Amino acid sequence: MKTATWILVFTVLLGWTMNASAGTLDEVKSRGYLTVGVNGQVFGFSMPDDKGVWKGLDVDTARAIAAAVFGDASKIKFVPLTAVQRLPALQSKEVDVLCRNTTQTLLRETTNGLNFVHVNFYDGQGFMVPKKLGVKSAKELSGATVCVLPGTTTELNAADFFRKNNLQWKPVVIEQNAELNKAFFSGRCDCLTSDVSQLAGHRAVAPNPQDYIILPEVISKEPLAPVVRHGDDQWFDIVNWTVMALIQAEEFGITSQNVDEMLKSPDPEIQRFLGVTPGLGAALGLDDKWAYNIVKQVGNYGEIFERNVGPKTPLAMERGLNALWNKGGLMYAAPFR
Amino acid sequence: MNRPTNIQDSPVSNSAEILKPPVTAVGPIGWLRKNLFNNALNSLLTLLTLAFLWKTVPPLLRWAFADALWTTPSALCRQNDGACWSVISRNIRFILFGFYPYDQQWRPTAAVILLLGLIFFSRDRKYWTKGLAYAWIAGLTVMGTLMAGGVFGLTGVESSLWGGLPLTLLLAVFGLTAAYPLGVLLALGRQSRMPAVKVLCIVYIELIRGVPLISLLFMASIIFPLFLPAGITINKILRAQAAIILFTAAYIAEVVRGGLQAIPRGQYEAAESLGLNYYLTMRLVVLPQALKIVIPPTVSILISAFKDTSLVVIIALYDVLKTTQTVLSNPEWMGFSREAYLFLALLYFTGCFSMSHYSRRLERQLSTEH
Repeated sequence: MKTATWILVFTVLLGWTMNASAGTLDEVKSRGYLTVGVNGQVFGFSMPDDKGVWKGLDVDTARAIAAAVFGDASKIKFVPLTAVQRLPALQSKEVDVLCRNTTQTLLRETTNGLNFVHVNFYDGQGFMVPKKLGVKSAKELSGATVCVLPGTTTELNAADFFRKNNLQWKPVVIEQNAELNKAFFSGRCDCLTSDVSQLAGHRAVAPNPQDYIILPEVISKEPLAPVVRHGDDQWFDIVNWTVMALIQAEEFGITSQNVDEMLKSPDPEIQRFLGVTPGLGAALGLDDKWAYNIVKQVGNYGEIFERNVGPKTPLAMERGLNALWNKGGLMYAAPFR
Repeated sequence: MNRPTNIQDSPVSNSAEILKPPVTAVGPIGWLRKNLFNNALNSLLTLLTLAFLWKTVPPLLRWAFADALWTTPSALCRQNDGACWSVISRNIRFILFGFYPYDQQWRPTAAVILLLGLIFFSRDRKYWTKGLAYAWIAGLTVMGTLMAGGVFGLTGVESSLWGGLPLTLLLAVFGLTAAYPLGVLLALGRQSRMPAVKVLCIVYIELIRGVPLISLLFMASIIFPLFLPAGITINKILRAQAAIILFTAAYIAEVVRGGLQAIPRGQYEAAESLGLNYYLTMRLVVLPQALKIVIPPTVSILISAFKDTSLVVIIALYDVLKTTQTVLSNPEWMGFSREAYLFLALLYFTGCFSMSHYSRRLERQLSTEH
């Protein structure tokens, strides 16, 4: 009898949770700010600086969403989440969108009831070794001790790679990024494996960065994208087209510096994009100036990339796969019309 | 060997020659002989220890002080052999205050100083009056106002932005002060003659003690929100705080129960024969004795609860441990984890040692043994 009562209570509560889904856009607007799940520990993607101000590529992507919705990139609240917390936090509506270097996979989209929007960073797993080891390819790493972070797909990918190529390996599992780094540079393992974006950062702080090379093999695909919940197509569109607007702005050559001049551009595509010719914003349920606000306040994708992970930062990453489609990369936005 | 041969005047007898004991038997040398070199094995151990200290302590001191850099940028640190305390000094405001708005950080500073001041004054039992209670209430109100703002021209700061040391102290102080009375109540409930109360308390205590704190924190942060209706979110800090209180209370309850069982039956009977009711028996006779007996284990639990607050790291609350780890994942400061963790160790040691020191003092003061 008692159990039955409890089950009833839970069902009612759950049902309530499911039914009460006013559109995310309306919720966000009435709340007055956007809540975004971020990582908080990955330099270049989302991390606070020494003044507690959030910095990074994921953070700027999130700011672009706030700029699109409110016309004000600062109306935003960042919620640092661990790898375990991130999906439940999105499901329980603690955050409106997740910008937390999350890899798009089939099971996450289906079983977890989530939708990944357009990719904002193409990553992949690689290996770094000391030059003096004389290794030129990851396939020569037989018998190597490999430093790796636990609990992520990184460990599993490495295991798959070594098994597929019939190589022996000995994983050295270390919990913290900083400790992993230390172990590798003090020679506890022959090889460090992580996402290429991370390896660059690790190498930047080595005692002698020129003594280490990142091997050419990229053993996994890691398309990192912002995530929203299933079941709210309007909100999915807004987040998706925000990411695409960042990419399209770079393709048009619109930057935070020249966006005001671009308003006078005779190009009809740019006029539609910046809302000089109205229509696109309204279709998303936003202000027609949405893309203008994104570029004005946050910049285009290229600016965000350079600012957070580009050659002038400690990560010193090249554009690679993250270049525009017409420059040899994969960043391709659908037409804005 | 020199033996002192001078004669001393003695009020008892000035004729007999009184010899001082040989210097090898008293004083520092005598102490050394008696304690460190009293047989071959001990002498060997002493020498080995000395050699070990000689090998380790001077290099450590050189690393930590003589060769250390205190405020330089990290690039200089990487060329230097000594400790790099700049990782602390250059990031101290983020480590201590987390996301609290940079230009408002005098507010958490003031709140922490106020809290430490209150704790300092509460140490002495002669201040344990109604006045102190009012001071605490006033102090906590002022602290809350300082942290949250929104009134008297202070800009509002959401609790999700609180971090660093104030968060650690908040979780610890509120966790401990709320868990203690709850624990006492649970212990009394478990001893109760009313079956419903008793069963409820036993179930609660055993359930909570049966799971680790980490799983409670996970439940509070991940599972609990899924059951809440849409749009209602309970603050993350509050959820963690509740988990810590519930957890600590269950342990305190069992310790207090030990104290209650140590009180002889006669005490209860004596109180009853004086006509005291249940409340007065407990308040005046049983609890003062029981709680005094269990001071040492209680303080152990409080100390470990204080350290356990750092587990909120796993639900991504930025307490002082997490803020430090965040600084360490910045490429600029990666690799200086020794210095950073030493700093944290010192911080926690100060907290824990003062608690255990205070508990010993309290035991002495409350002692009624003859």
